[in-house]
Amino acid sequence: MDLSAISPTLLLASLMVAATPILLAALGELVVEKSGVLNLGVEGMMITGAICGFAIAVETGSPVFGFIAAALGGALLSLIFGLLTQYLLSNQVATGLALTLFGLGLSSLLGQGYVGIRPPAVEKLNFGPLADIPFIGRVLFTHDLMVYLTLALCVGTWAVLKFTRAGLILRAVGENHDAAHALGYKVVKVRLLAIMFGGACAGLGGAYLSLIRVPQWTEGMTAGAGWIALAIVVFASWRPLRVLLGAYLFGGVTVLQLNLQAAGLAIPVEYLSMSPYLITIAVLVIMSAPRKGGKARASLAAPACLGRAFHASH
Amino acid sequence: MKRRTILAGAVAALALTTGAFADGHAKTKVGFIFVGPVGDGGWTYEHNQGRLAVEAEFGDKVETIFQESVPEGADAERVITQMALSGADLIFTTSFGYMDPTNAVAAKFPKVKFEHATGYKRADNVSTYSARFYEGRAVQGHIAGKMTKTNKVGYIASFPIPEVIRGINAAYIHAKKVNPDVEFSVVWAYTWFDPAKEADAATALIEQGADVILQHTDSTAPQAAAQKAGNVITFGQASDMSEYAPMPRVSSIIDNWAPYYIERVKAVMDGTWESTDTWDGIGPGMVGIGEISDAVPADVKAEALALKDSLADGSYHPFTGPLKKQDGSDWLAEGETADDGTLAGMNFYVEGITGDIPN
Repeated sequence: MDLSAISPTLLLASLMVAATPILLAALGELVVEKSGVLNLGVEGMMITGAICGFAIAVETGSPVFGFIAAALGGALLSLIFGLLTQYLLSNQVATGLALTLFGLGLSSLLGQGYVGIRPPAVEKLNFGPLADIPFIGRVLFTHDLMVYLTLALCVGTWAVLKFTRAGLILRAVGENHDAAHALGYKVVKVRLLAIMFGGACAGLGGAYLSLIRVPQWTEGMTAGAGWIALAIVVFASWRPLRVLLGAYLFGGVTVLQLNLQAAGLAIPVEYLSMSPYLITIAVLVIMSAPRKGGKARASLAAPACLGRAFHASH
Repeated sequence: MKRRTILAGAVAALALTTGAFADGHAKTKVGFIFVGPVGDGGWTYEHNQGRLAVEAEFGDKVETIFQESVPEGADAERVITQMALSGADLIFTTSFGYMDPTNAVAAKFPKVKFEHATGYKRADNVSTYSARFYEGRAVQGHIAGKMTKTNKVGYIASFPIPEVIRGINAAYIHAKKVNPDVEFSVVWAYTWFDPAKEADAATALIEQGADVILQHTDSTAPQAAAQKAGNVITFGQASDMSEYAPMPRVSSIIDNWAPYYIERVKAVMDGTWESTDTWDGIGPGMVGIGEISDAVPADVKAEALALKDSLADGSYHPFTGPLKKQDGSDWLAEGETADDGTLAGMNFYVEGITGDIPN
């Protein structure tokens, strides 16, 4: 065993990259759930975003257009979910699961001609002298633009939800849609916008996988990342900054276990492999353990109208 | 109890119908169970090429069906049962983890023929087939040992099963032979197909100093990760992966299932199918070595090709003594070669590899 082979600097740097796709998808889903909608189709939207972004980036030669297309693709797919659940009042759980299956199928159809092609490279941002600072420079200032945009989006989501009128309306719709409706807010419209935001974020997360992290297109390449994003939202008890923590924790453990294996750690590999999932489950259990007063912590934090259909009768 | 009897009756009736089909009254229906998507660019891609070759060979006389991305385990049993119920005459299950599900379903459908890849459990209607990938690994190990500058070779392994362990051993023995200082770092990914994880594993190995990456997982993600890192060489796995040539991919192991699939489908059509155990290597053409690119120095390339030829004509066996096991105990004496039984159940590292095999 040679633990000195693991460089904490490189580890933290790869952690930030590994966490970005799930962070994006989880942030989107957080906003959706804050508006009172449960969309289990994150995996489907991610993979659709992954192929839309990949295809457009390859065709235009520009990763920027690729990411825009990924956001649009994810949002469009989520719009199907939005129309079905908000106007036709279909069951959100079933529709979300169907969306995942549909997204996986659609993406492999769209991706037929893109297997084995290399996408245009995404340049890392050049911070000049900042990147030369020992440790911090390598960890923080050697990434591509999307890593920083994602962090900004995380802080932005937090600020909007906490300090702005728009955030207040979104939360009101999620907590009590009847009251929000009585106050004159357009519940369905707010929810549709939230759903599309969620779809766009999931799409961006998928494109980050296909354009930067992997980078290539293969069918089924998200391999469950969307489900992890869903778990992280609960893990974070619907708070954006905790989503960041959750995503970094999950990304960190994932990268760390591979590094520990490569360094030849004596812990059985099975434990290392399952550790990211075990930790996620453990925290979920702790989060939902009952508190004084009998209510579970997670259910205290969950938007009260989560997963409930709204139909204005007048 | 009653319901079970009815079910058993239904199953028996269906088995009879499929049996009738097998007599040649209609198209021969051939099913394939794949562990990944057909577009993975590796393992499943090549099995699907074999399926397409069967269609091309027999045209209207055959109908093929396939199910991709079938998880190994209980789900697989359901999918295989479904395929048998839908009237398949011959079903290829193409991953190690389908071994028990295949045999369980085969026991319920005695008239349907099953072919399980890379396993070792057979029955009257279950054949096994595999390729001697370890012969290709020997060639890779030779090139890896010659080309590494850091003397560190990273190996992305999937599951701790004999097939994977054989590959690690074969590669190590031949790398060590040409470079006594070489070290192997093995990462167990516990997946056949997860591009993001495979890319992360490759990155972790590269960051720890490996400049050769061998993979026993199915996607091309490690190739992309190596390319991004620069100055790292890789080998195509299961498929040629030539889109990453000449660097990082310097050569590859190519699985060629088409001739076997055609032969077995023919046997079902002729009614001559029997349960067999097939294990072919470079010689019969089931394992191919992809073109060695110009990134490899000419002398190393010549040696690698000579090694390939000696493996093909059988004059050299990759596991030739003297060889010891990892714990230092003797395994093969001078000049002795490993028998197929030991190879098929290989569950130990050879001397020199560090780390433990997970169990």
